[in-house]
Amino acid sequence: MIDPMVVDLSRLQFAATAMYHFLFVPLTLGLSWLLVVMEAAYVMTGKDVYRDMTKFWGKLYGINFALGVTTGITMEFQFGTNWAYYSHYVGDIFGAPLAIEGLMAFFLESTMVGLFFFGWNRLSKVGHFSVTLLMALGTNLSAVLILIANGWMQDPVGAAFNPVTMRMELVDFAALVFNPVAQSKFVHTVAAGYVTGSLFVLGISSWYLLKGLHVDFARRSFRIAAAFGLAGCLSVIVLGDESGYAVSESQKSKLAAIEAMWETEPAPAGFNLLAWPNDARQANDWEVRIPYALGLIATRSVSKTLPGIKEIRAANRERIESGRLAVLALEAWRKNPGDLEAKARFQAHEKDMGYGLLLKKYTEDLTQVTPTMLDQAAHDSVPRVAPLFWTFRLMVALGFAMLALVALAFWHGMKGTFQDKPWLLRWALWFIPAPWIAIQSGWFVAEYGRQPWTVFGMLPTHLSASSLSAASLYGSISGFVGFYTVLLVAEMFLMFKYARLGPDALKAAPAPADAQAVPAHS
Amino acid sequence: MLFDYLTLKLIWWLLVGVLLIGFAIMDGHDMGVGILLPILGKDDTDRRVMINTVAPHWDGNQVWFITAGGAIFAAWPFVYATAFSGMYWALLLVLFALFFRPVGFEYRSKLPNPAWRRSWDWGLFAGSAVPALVFGVAFGNLFQGVPFHLDETMRSFYTGSFWALLNPFALLCGVVSLSLLALQGATFLAHRTDGALQARARSAGLVAATVLLLSFSAGGLWVSHLDGYVIRSIPDVGGALNPLMKEVGRETGAWFANYRAHAALWLVPAVAYAGALLAMAGLDRGKTLLAFIASSLSCLAVILTAGVALFPFVLPSSTMPKASLTAWDATSSYVTLNVMLYVALIFTPIVLAYTGWAYRVMAGKVTRDYVAANDKALY
Repeated sequence: MIDPMVVDLSRLQFAATAMYHFLFVPLTLGLSWLLVVMEAAYVMTGKDVYRDMTKFWGKLYGINFALGVTTGITMEFQFGTNWAYYSHYVGDIFGAPLAIEGLMAFFLESTMVGLFFFGWNRLSKVGHFSVTLLMALGTNLSAVLILIANGWMQDPVGAAFNPVTMRMELVDFAALVFNPVAQSKFVHTVAAGYVTGSLFVLGISSWYLLKGLHVDFARRSFRIAAAFGLAGCLSVIVLGDESGYAVSESQKSKLAAIEAMWETEPAPAGFNLLAWPNDARQANDWEVRIPYALGLIATRSVSKTLPGIKEIRAANRERIESGRLAVLALEAWRKNPGDLEAKARFQAHEKDMGYGLLLKKYTEDLTQVTPTMLDQAAHDSVPRVAPLFWTFRLMVALGFAMLALVALAFWHGMKGTFQDKPWLLRWALWFIPAPWIAIQSGWFVAEYGRQPWTVFGMLPTHLSASSLSAASLYGSISGFVGFYTVLLVAEMFLMFKYARLGPDALKAAPAPADAQAVPAHS
Repeated sequence: MLFDYLTLKLIWWLLVGVLLIGFAIMDGHDMGVGILLPILGKDDTDRRVMINTVAPHWDGNQVWFITAGGAIFAAWPFVYATAFSGMYWALLLVLFALFFRPVGFEYRSKLPNPAWRRSWDWGLFAGSAVPALVFGVAFGNLFQGVPFHLDETMRSFYTGSFWALLNPFALLCGVVSLSLLALQGATFLAHRTDGALQARARSAGLVAATVLLLSFSAGGLWVSHLDGYVIRSIPDVGGALNPLMKEVGRETGAWFANYRAHAALWLVPAVAYAGALLAMAGLDRGKTLLAFIASSLSCLAVILTAGVALFPFVLPSSTMPKASLTAWDATSSYVTLNVMLYVALIFTPIVLAYTGWAYRVMAGKVTRDYVAANDKALY
């Protein structure tokens, strides 16, 4: 049995490194399109201010991008280093989108980013604009494939168990790619990135305006960011709703936990705006409800019922018992391939095998399962309610607050009155961190809400980890914390320095006459 | 549905090889530049010249590494899971070293402070030299077998230590890979710089090629005395297999079995020698493009020499030889290998095309004057 400490530490390390990685990714996603918009304006109008905008925001993009790349390599390695059994068990399916991401998206993005920075004097206006466009396209394609991979962990479609190789294998590639969960997650996630990029540009531009610096530059940046941010915010919210709908289909336990809905209610269920969930009592100490709302959002009907946590646990207990039989029958069948009776028993219970594997957390030998273990496994089949309930509400509240901000910024941007609204500029400045907080909360809801599974209904988290020692994990976590802290300090230092400098950062101090010189070709 | 499962398994052995070779040639030359940075860069401007020869390309080149990792995950999940978790600290060492490349390149010249720049220069050196060394060490351990076993559920357990990976033979292989990438970097620098720096790069390339030729030869001799692995029995290799279904034995000199069976394969190590010698000749005569191409050929052939020797083994197990991972039984399913082949066939030429275009756009020598004139725009 794997040391539970190793599993917990591996989760901690993955969560920390993934969330850290996702400090940089959303800004890259959003800024890349903003650069496209700014450079398009340059190509169309020929005004130098738009080229300067592309170059300046591009500099900040580069400072951020470097850490996105750095921390992304960690993610690529970590499935193998820390989640070896996961990699074995579902690598046949999960590895494909990751490899395709490298070949189709990351190559494109990384090759174009080099030309974006260094190709200004060597490409025509349209040529350089195409590079910027391809760079943004690569970044977003990358997100598609990563979210196909993550969407599959949330709702594993198109796979079947192979008893020879003892793993899940791909049977339907199209189902993997066109997984509806992945589609709505993709738009929700990239749109959140667009909001991040917009609020970043909006906030810094507001600071310039408050200080009376680079006014023309800042005004143009503000308007572009407000328009793009409004579109992004609306997409996030609409597709967040779509994600909620998808979750109600595939992960009823996550939805029930987010909503702190302990009992199954007659349709359409009410929505708990606020509540105080109490895991021990399996009830809320108090709640503020909006009648019918949840049922309407999650099922888009007035007649479909949503199961409460208690009902989900009871149903899971039955699947765990059935899954136990599948695991035992598989062992017998693999020992004696001629045992057709065992094979038939396995096939009868195969769809519940993942649930049977949940018991391995409590005993290695599934013939020794006690009713207490079954109760425990059923209880643990729904994640803890309070953390999900609160982070979800934090995300949604910030989402609507950002919508209000960008809507007002857009409105005053249209009217040209935003410069006289210091309260709006200050709001934009102080809201720069808001998208990050919302995004990290969102990922927490998505991933913690999937527990106790790494692949929902298929592979429990506690089986997924590598056979490592706790000492190794303490060592690697210390390494990550140490290195990442140093890198973050350097990044923040440069980001603040260059943001303060503003477009002046582009000018060489002594400005030699031949600054545009192109070196001789060999 | 063009190919049967057996053919796909062979194709994917080749494709993983192609990605590793692509990595060695492409990321290899910018890692080589990083390795040579403290040796050839006499002052800040020199070092900026060196860094800016690869500035527009290092990021794209690094994706060869990322994609090779992803392809191993997708095509050989057993290998990805077992090797990465087993050699945990070796992988983390590479990872921590690689952290310093993107930030080193991007942040180094954003501040004029000399201490800041010196620190990132050392970061770039470590981020290049450590992975170059560890990849060779990893290959060296493949030849000796790695202590891991599998249980009935195919969970892998590694029973060795990190320090055991650093044995003399593996370190010799580390010298091979380090000198190989240094040669890549030196030939690239010789082609893309001029003046005193170019002269130093040419000398460094001659040294690297000499070390490569010596260590590669010594490694070959040593391998002939090692206990190689042979498959004694295995079910139909064209079907779905798990690694525990075969029997494996060990024999001295078994790693030469493929060469003994097919004499034409000796061409592969011959190309490795020829490439290194030709690179030396090119450096000596100032034919720098020829030197870079010859060095790249040497990268290809050195990696292929090792791959052919090991084939069909990928990750042999010293403590449970039958659990050794091979190109026959560590692969993905038929469907996955098939889908991924189409993906590779479509996208690899596209990647090569725009990579080639990017190099053409950025072609030309990077000079000290150019760096001075574009102080704010360059790394």
